[in-house]
Amino acid sequence: MNHPSPSAPEHGTPHPGDHDAGHSHHGSLRGYLTGFVLAAILTIIPFWLVMGHAISSSLATILIVLGLAVVQIVVHVVYFLHLDTRSESGWNMLAFIFTIVLVVIVLGASVWVMYNENANMMPMSPQYTNHRQGS
Amino acid sequence: MNTIAVDTVHSAPREFLCREEAHPQTGTLLGFWLYLMSDCFIFAALFACNAVLGTSYAGGPTARDVFDLPGLAVNTALLLVSSVTFGFAMLEMARQRKRAMLGWLAISGLLAVCFVGLEIHEFVTMIADGAGPGRSAFLSSFFTLVGTHGLHVTVGIVWLVVLMLQLGKYGLTEANRRRLLCLSMFWHFLDLVWVGVFSYVYLVGVLR
Repeated sequence: MNHPSPSAPEHGTPHPGDHDAGHSHHGSLRGYLTGFVLAAILTIIPFWLVMGHAISSSLATILIVLGLAVVQIVVHVVYFLHLDTRSESGWNMLAFIFTIVLVVIVLGASVWVMYNENANMMPMSPQYTNHRQGS
Repeated sequence: MNTIAVDTVHSAPREFLCREEAHPQTGTLLGFWLYLMSDCFIFAALFACNAVLGTSYAGGPTARDVFDLPGLAVNTALLLVSSVTFGFAMLEMARQRKRAMLGWLAISGLLAVCFVGLEIHEFVTMIADGAGPGRSAFLSSFFTLVGTHGLHVTVGIVWLVVLMLQLGKYGLTEANRRRLLCLSMFWHFLDLVWVGVFSYVYLVGVLR
């Protein structure tokens, strides 16, 4: 079953771009296993923190869980999606960075604006009115 | 002009400034990547909704009441393993081993079916317990975000089945390889989005 030659008859005519694209998209066994182990560790830690109540401060737990999620997303992008500066002459990376900037703006601004809207205009719960009075 | 400069210095290795940049034959993979990036915006908007509305319980059940964390751990494991087995399928594709590749694809598909099945079970249980999407803004945003992700996975499964039939009939043709590369990006992307879902919606949800 295993063809010794890299260019099988059904592969079509060889093209300089094909090899490069194939290399960067297939990855390697080692890469997938590394990604899997890292992702598993980065998944187990937040579950353990939340289900085992490992840290008494919930704010600290939230920050750690979110931080680990960001690290795991980077792991997925590098080891599973094989994003690097060379794939598609860097256009993949450029589009990805552009997306991150917009996503951060969408998420950050939504939370920021709506938090202030809630605090200043709809004092529904006594907790908000106590904390945010006069701001 | 540059070649002359290099020729005069014999000790330096020959190097040409005009290198041929490798470029793909078709723009499909880049185009599909751009689609995934636009899909990111859909999920970003839904995550923003959940961030804003996540504590608006309207006197109804809270995140702590409705979320089943052990079940979530099983779901997360299913999706992660499915992502890795899909990667193994792509490695077999690179080695031209069609049968092994189809086997890994089938395993990935079955894991994803289990994932969607558990998610539907979770939704049905929640709705039966009076925690449906109409109960509060928190539950609306939860069902919209997690449901959109589940719908993506379902579409991915349909795509996988169609592609496996194509592969069985026509083999590893150039077109099928390209389609499989696109599907693998889609598959890994959905696992990436799920990292955000389980971390933010579920784990942070029960804490805040």
